[in-house]
Amino acid sequence: MSDTTTTEHEELPTRRDFIYVATGMLGVIGAASVAWPFIDQMRPDAAVLAAGQPIDVNLEAVEPGQAITVTWRGKPYFVRRLTEDEIAAADALGEGDMKEFAPIDTRLGGEEVKDWVIVSANCTHLGCVPKVVDTKPEGWYCPCHGSVFDMTGRILRGPAATNLPLPPYVFTSATNLVIGTDQA
Amino acid sequence: MSTIEHHGTYQPTTGLGKWMDARLPLPRLMYDSFVAYPVPRNLNYAYTFGGMLSIMLVLQILTGVVLAMHYNGSTAGAFTSVEHIMRDVNNGWLLRYMHANGASFFFAAVFLHIFRGMYYGSYKEPRELLWILGCIIFLLMMATAFMGYVLPWGQMSFWGATVITGFFTAFPVVGEPIQQLLLGGFAVDNPTLNRFFSLHYLLPFMIAGVVVLHVWALHVTGQTNPTGVEIKSKTDSVPFTPFATIKDAFALIVFFLFFAYFVFYMPNFLGHADNYIEANSLVTPAYIVPEWYFLPFYAILRAVTFDIGPLTSKLLGVLAMFGSIAVLFVMPWLDTSKVRSAVYRPWYKVFFWIFVVNAIFLGWLGAKPAEGIYTFLAQISTLYYFGFFLVILPLLGLIETPRRVPNSITEAVLAKSSKKNGGVTQVSGATASPDNKA
Amino acid sequence: MKTMFAKISAIVVAATLGLSVAATGAFAAEYPIKKPREQDWSFAGPFGTYDKGQLQRGFKVYREVCAACHSMNRVAFRSLEDLGYSEGQIKTIASEYDITDGPNADGEMFTRPGTPADYFTGPYPNREASIAANGGAYPPDFSLLAKARAVERGFPTFVFDVFTQYAENGPDYIYSLLTGYPEDGEAPEGVEVPEGTHYNPYFIAGKSLAMAPPLSEDIISYDDGTPATVEQMSKDVTAFMMWAAEPKMEERKSLGFKVIIFLLIFAVFLYLTKKQIYAKLEH
Repeated sequence: MSDTTTTEHEELPTRRDFIYVATGMLGVIGAASVAWPFIDQMRPDAAVLAAGQPIDVNLEAVEPGQAITVTWRGKPYFVRRLTEDEIAAADALGEGDMKEFAPIDTRLGGEEVKDWVIVSANCTHLGCVPKVVDTKPEGWYCPCHGSVFDMTGRILRGPAATNLPLPPYVFTSATNLVIGTDQA
Repeated sequence: MSTIEHHGTYQPTTGLGKWMDARLPLPRLMYDSFVAYPVPRNLNYAYTFGGMLSIMLVLQILTGVVLAMHYNGSTAGAFTSVEHIMRDVNNGWLLRYMHANGASFFFAAVFLHIFRGMYYGSYKEPRELLWILGCIIFLLMMATAFMGYVLPWGQMSFWGATVITGFFTAFPVVGEPIQQLLLGGFAVDNPTLNRFFSLHYLLPFMIAGVVVLHVWALHVTGQTNPTGVEIKSKTDSVPFTPFATIKDAFALIVFFLFFAYFVFYMPNFLGHADNYIEANSLVTPAYIVPEWYFLPFYAILRAVTFDIGPLTSKLLGVLAMFGSIAVLFVMPWLDTSKVRSAVYRPWYKVFFWIFVVNAIFLGWLGAKPAEGIYTFLAQISTLYYFGFFLVILPLLGLIETPRRVPNSITEAVLAKSSKKNGGVTQVSGATASPDNKA
Repeated sequence: MKTMFAKISAIVVAATLGLSVAATGAFAAEYPIKKPREQDWSFAGPFGTYDKGQLQRGFKVYREVCAACHSMNRVAFRSLEDLGYSEGQIKTIASEYDITDGPNADGEMFTRPGTPADYFTGPYPNREASIAANGGAYPPDFSLLAKARAVERGFPTFVFDVFTQYAENGPDYIYSLLTGYPEDGEAPEGVEVPEGTHYNPYFIAGKSLAMAPPLSEDIISYDDGTPATVEQMSKDVTAFMMWAAEPKMEERKSLGFKVIIFLLIFAVFLYLTKKQIYAKLEH
């Protein structure tokens, strides 16, 4: 059959070429459309998204100097209430004391008194949960690779390069915190 | 492949192509197997099911793998996780309906593929191993489909599994230990479901492995064709690409049209309503019916209602059912005819079509309650099923007078086209394929 | 061999007898006594969609009548969005249900109001409790019931169903059952029903069922002013149950239409390509 196609190449683009190209394109579109659901199914599903709704945290039992760990979207978050000394120790730190400077106001929150630190409990280095320590001005120490954070979760030294991130949160009252949204 | 004349061989043109060819000639293998590979020029659409089946196998594996990402193989979680897929997972309903209906369409295509092989004598020498490999694939498919049906953990899953694994108790002495080995307990329960999940994931890859052997064997002996005459000269064949590829692609898309119709509009038509009720070991559904593709074999199982000497009807039924598949394995040696294709076998053609109708009838009987007239009809049908293989095939080859077989494929094609065009032989090959569809 | 032939001939005789018995109808009573009555559903056919107003009415019937016995465990409050409820309405509905959660820091389970992420809770803590409270009969969960009930269509109807896309076996059955109790509540003369059950010729598994006629005229009042007849309520709650069983149906049918159109076009082009290629095949 090899001798049957010899005359083809001399012709100009024809209806025949259009059909070949169109068929090929339809094939590509079809294959891509079939591929999509297979990829799309890996995205968080409706149940996971619904379960990732904001959570309420009751703060009644948390005294200054204490920290609790809560879970939102399957990840832990520290909710820590600082004493005045601790805030002062953190406030005393300057830009040169840490790897990523952030003003202390941006790290604290609260309804009446801004003495709450709400930060991710996963170290920004490789995701371990740092230990709560109270060696002012150090507030967290990560046992995995030795990163040290201050009382407000700012990175002081160690392999981690950035501060513990703040989740979206809002205080709906002095004793109720909502994590997962900044809308009251 | 060495016995068949090549249309052209792989010639690496680029530097990378040559480098690769000297180290791992995979492109050469692909080229020789799926581009230059010569296929008979007179293949009709009955020969497109093989390609379709390989695509369906890939599709089943792909949908299966992603479903397994969301499925929970425990009695506590299986049913819930399937509903989770149907309701919450992005496009989960689509993937699950594709997988469930895909099994049905896989079987539909495989039945047509088998019937085609039976009609055109594809099992006959020198393709016995090719045929047997196909039978092994069929067996593996049945095992895979059965275990897959258990996974949603609905009522039909549970009771189907209970009944099917109960087959083994028909065998004296060893039966019960085998059943307990399969179940991992005394009844279908969590260990059963868990192992079925594991095996259901494994078996398709084994099928894929046997498919490779099946295709390899095919490429050694070459394809049959409606005339049953082997390729003798270059004019008898065309290269696989583009001729067979485009025909397969067209047939595949038409097949997908039917598939899509069921997936999107009738997704539960081929299933059982009872399987939307979570498994309950205390309540048996009114009728336990297997999936439609098992119905003919189920009818054969239930057709045996009598004991023969020490053999109980239960054991005989199980033996008959296994026998109905086992007999396929020896089909190449049961057929004594010298002529391959049914096109030239006037009597075989008749018995073949009766066999097809009989198989469909058995399927219908399998869905009916095993009582009264249905049992009797199933017995008659079963008798024909086995009679076809064990009596008709061997005898027919000896007494039938076949029609004259053409000397070559080209001769058959030319004879056909000249008849159509009033003596003008200059016609396109597309219209030259015989009309016989199996 | 001799015994086998004897057996076979015995079977032939028995089967012939069986056939004649079956023909007179005395053979194996078949349920349901009456076939379900086919209804026009908004969700039937290739372009079927749910009627949101109807779903909301059906939801009301479920909540105020059916939910007294029937659970619906697999449906999440968040999915009520499909019925046209706003986020706020869904939150309100969810908060009316008590969800058992925990354990809390003290190791105690506690009850809290539901959130959209929670699932409908049933009237009974578990299956056994529901059976015990209903005189031994299990009130089935509603989540999948509209797909879990199908009266056999028989040959050749089931073949035609492929072409007519008839897939409303479940809804037709449920509707027929709900509206199928005799008006006077009495079984026809000569039909004995077991104590504590109610005659219904549409029941799939017998001549009577444990559920008393659940609906009566104006047992609820619709917010949209639709007259609450038994007929209307049955239809609405059935549509709602279909949605509960197959919430992705609209998405499925609309995607299906696109897919079929695409495949048709693709098939035409493949056929043309095939013709072009085979046109080269000359002698």
